[in-house]
Amino acid sequence: MAKDTPPRWDRRMQQRLARGEAAALGELYDRFASLVHSLAHRVLDDEAAADQVTREVFGYIWENPDAYDPKQGNLRSWVAKLTQRQAVHRLRQAEAEVYEETGEGSAEELEQKVRRASVAARADYIVTSMPAPLRAALELAYFQRRDYRQTAADLGVTEDEARRRLRLGLQLLSTANTRSLEGSPPGYGRTL
Amino acid sequence: MTGPDEERGPDDEIRGAPRIPAPRPAPDDWADLSAAPSAQTQPPETGTEPGMSPDPLADLDAYPAPDVPADLPADPSADLTQDLPADLAPEVPADLPADPSADLPRDLAPDLPADQPRDLAPDRLADQPRDLAADPPADTPPDPPAVARPSAPPDSRTPVERAAGDHAAEVTPRVPHSVLKSLLGAWALSACSAEETCAVEDHLTECAPCADEALRLRDAVGLLHSERDLDLDPLLRSRVLENCLGRRPARIPVPSWATPYDSETARLDALLRDIGDAEWHAPVRLKWFEGERQVSRRTTVAGVMGHLLPVDGLVATALGLDDPLATGPASKAPASFPPQSPAERTEAYWNGAYHPPTRKVRAPWRDQSHTLIRTVSFAGRGVAELSVPYGDFALPLRDSLLDRAFECWVHADDIANAVDYPYDPPSGAHLHGMVDLAARLLPAALADRRRTGLAAPAKQLVTAGSPGRTLHLEVEGSGGGHWYISLDSPAAVGSPEHTVAQVALDGVEFCQLVAGHVSPEEAAAGQDGDREAIRDVLFAAASLSRL
Repeated sequence: MAKDTPPRWDRRMQQRLARGEAAALGELYDRFASLVHSLAHRVLDDEAAADQVTREVFGYIWENPDAYDPKQGNLRSWVAKLTQRQAVHRLRQAEAEVYEETGEGSAEELEQKVRRASVAARADYIVTSMPAPLRAALELAYFQRRDYRQTAADLGVTEDEARRRLRLGLQLLSTANTRSLEGSPPGYGRTL
Repeated sequence: MTGPDEERGPDDEIRGAPRIPAPRPAPDDWADLSAAPSAQTQPPETGTEPGMSPDPLADLDAYPAPDVPADLPADPSADLTQDLPADLAPEVPADLPADPSADLPRDLAPDLPADQPRDLAPDRLADQPRDLAADPPADTPPDPPAVARPSAPPDSRTPVERAAGDHAAEVTPRVPHSVLKSLLGAWALSACSAEETCAVEDHLTECAPCADEALRLRDAVGLLHSERDLDLDPLLRSRVLENCLGRRPARIPVPSWATPYDSETARLDALLRDIGDAEWHAPVRLKWFEGERQVSRRTTVAGVMGHLLPVDGLVATALGLDDPLATGPASKAPASFPPQSPAERTEAYWNGAYHPPTRKVRAPWRDQSHTLIRTVSFAGRGVAELSVPYGDFALPLRDSLLDRAFECWVHADDIANAVDYPYDPPSGAHLHGMVDLAARLLPAALADRRRTGLAAPAKQLVTAGSPGRTLHLEVEGSGGGHWYISLDSPAAVGSPEHTVAQVALDGVEFCQLVAGHVSPEEAAAGQDGDREAIRDVLFAAASLSRL
């Protein structure tokens, strides 16, 4: 539903929030809460912490609706950015506390953790935001374990098209992961 | 903690150009690429938001808005633009990376026939024998581990001879490179046939760009995760909204009497979001109570929503909003159209809908409920008393929305049972309001039944406004409390001093009774006192239910 959001909805929502309309806040929550919560959960892997980030992100948007600039992208991507930033901030904070208390962990480990969490969150975002036909193909092939011929039949498209959608979907998804390629030797060095 | 000032911060690690060349565009892609702007566009940095924790390392630009391709992180596959079908392609990403593989030897260009590169670059072959799998030299990158290559038989040919011959011998019939390339996604997902898998994996040993892409796609598969997103705690919504409103009070608040409807519609909507297409057609038996017995009606999950939509529409029409029956598929209007009773409206919607109802009913129902909440927020205080006609009775708007919240929960529970999802009762405060509404409606319902001979005659004549015989209703659990139900006349006042009977039951149980989901005989109620009065009140409670 959210991906069909017309920019007009975004701007209208911004105006309503700015006007202090509580009903708009409820609608904002209904549209984005699961995105915010799941991204935060992906980064923090903790229910209570994800709840906390959800509170903070909506609190921030409600207090600062004007911080959203429709020219920079849609509301959904802005909300996702705020969420990831806040979740990563909380992750750093939590890890720092653990370090204070136990001396466990290192800056390097933390960075690695942050990086992994960020990639995972970005991947989730990409999956939920990619064109619906690509997502539907991935859904069938990965979650329903259909092969591409069955996927094609299920979607009512040619096998060529099914192959293409699977490949494109993964290509999009792989953009979340560019970092993980960097450290490896060209081409082959990694396990598949 | 250090972190940011390490050699490479995660910032540039995420955003930076990959060290290994991105897959080289196939020759047939070049035309498109040369047309695309080659300049790297650095997306404008969003400033640190005041109030949010500044985190210079979080990569703000890493979230591509699908409709804003300029935000795509660097390194979208160069093929992407070329391959996206017109209906899927957002636009050409403005920030396609400058082709990092431009200096790759020509023999890696993927679309050349597999035997051609060898002719073009004989010297490469000289120091890189083709049968890497047999015995990869230490300095040669190993095969991708997943590649199960049949081991080559001992071969006396020179590398060049072998190069020219063995591939054709292994894979028959020969699959064109473009097809192999197109299979990479399916291969990464293990979604192609065994033969195709072999063909692709064999190809990966000789085609660096495809091997590179294959690795990336396999990595991407690892980012998919099957664990279903945890359902949001339904109570989180009110906590989040409360927190917001504590930080900045609403200038246009949602009236407190509308919040049960706001919460319940949000909870049901979240349930609907989580159920699959097929579950919308799961059978549901709607139950209610007529006269002395329970009746039921078979429908589906979508059919239940086709009931809530037109009945909520009663409230919408009372507020001057569009009637979903007048604008929907059922709008072939006779004079008495649209009808006012909830049952008639439901039938009208079901009959007029293009059968069978599907999940498409969700959006109009949700839009209507959002519009209702928004409208009553702006309508000013007097609107709470606006009369909402239900055909043979009417309720003031504040009670009407409470009634709709109650129905919403009851039917959400029906739906949840049908699709085997857990579903909690409303919060204590909201449940209390629903019990209170039912308790207030009971004396009139009792009088109604008395008129039709279904309840025992009044025992006393009571002056309006005076206390009369009373039933003490004790509702236990969250949202519970004590209510004193006037037995002999709706105009009389219930009073503890005039109690002739007492009924005690759990709040959810009482609501199930009022919804017609449990019969008065079966309701697990503690009873004490006048048996006839208790029976009449329990039946009157059940009679509040309807389709």
